Amino acid sequence: MCAWLTHDPLDVPALLAEVAAEGCGGTAVFVGTVRRSAEDGEVVGIDYSGYEAMAEAEFDRIVADARSQWPDTRIALRHRLGYVKTGEASVAIVAAAPHRATAFHACRFIIEETKERVPIWKRERLAAGDERWVVPHGG
Amino acid sequence: MHVKVLVFASYADALGKGELALSFPPGATVGDCLAEVQRQAGGRVPPAPLVAVNRVYARPEQPLADGDEVALIPPVAGG
Repeated sequence: MCAWLTHDPLDVPALLAEVAAEGCGGTAVFVGTVRRSAEDGEVVGIDYSGYEAMAEAEFDRIVADARSQWPDTRIALRHRLGYVKTGEASVAIVAAAPHRATAFHACRFIIEETKERVPIWKRERLAAGDERWVVPHGG
Repeated sequence: MHVKVLVFASYADALGKGELALSFPPGATVGDCLAEVQRQAGGRVPPAPLVAVNRVYARPEQPLADGDEVALIPPVAGG
């Protein structure tokens, strides 16, 4: 039932296999990972939570938007929920198209729209043991 | 009419719960719902948060219907 969200580690080769097609000459991959640095403490991991039913629907709408803009594009993506350790991937997006420019455009569009629209939240865990909600600021 | 209100992440922490059941007279809007949540929350959630109705982003002037699922959405941070 959950097409886009997963609690499991991300499998980029599986996503590449989902979009593979003989008509596609370019495939763009974006992988977002949990990074260690924060302004005031070392991040050991992030708890991802979401309004899951709406997040799934919003991913449906984003992918539909991308397909309407770039009709020949094949798209696969997964976003993790639950605890993701520093260095692990939290989101992976793969876009394959006949030519590379379209693949790059579609992949970029999907990650930017994801950050803008999909109801998912991060709670950082710091090495000192503290936890805090992440307030987004365009990154 | 009866409306289910879902509250997430930092807003749920601030409110101490993630769900409210509210009732309104016919003709009530998303804005009326937000005002009632604000009254109950006593300033613990922002007065004009992002809102979704039935899993689609909505504006304050949108009318509500019986059985709607209204969600208060903190600034999203996916990716």
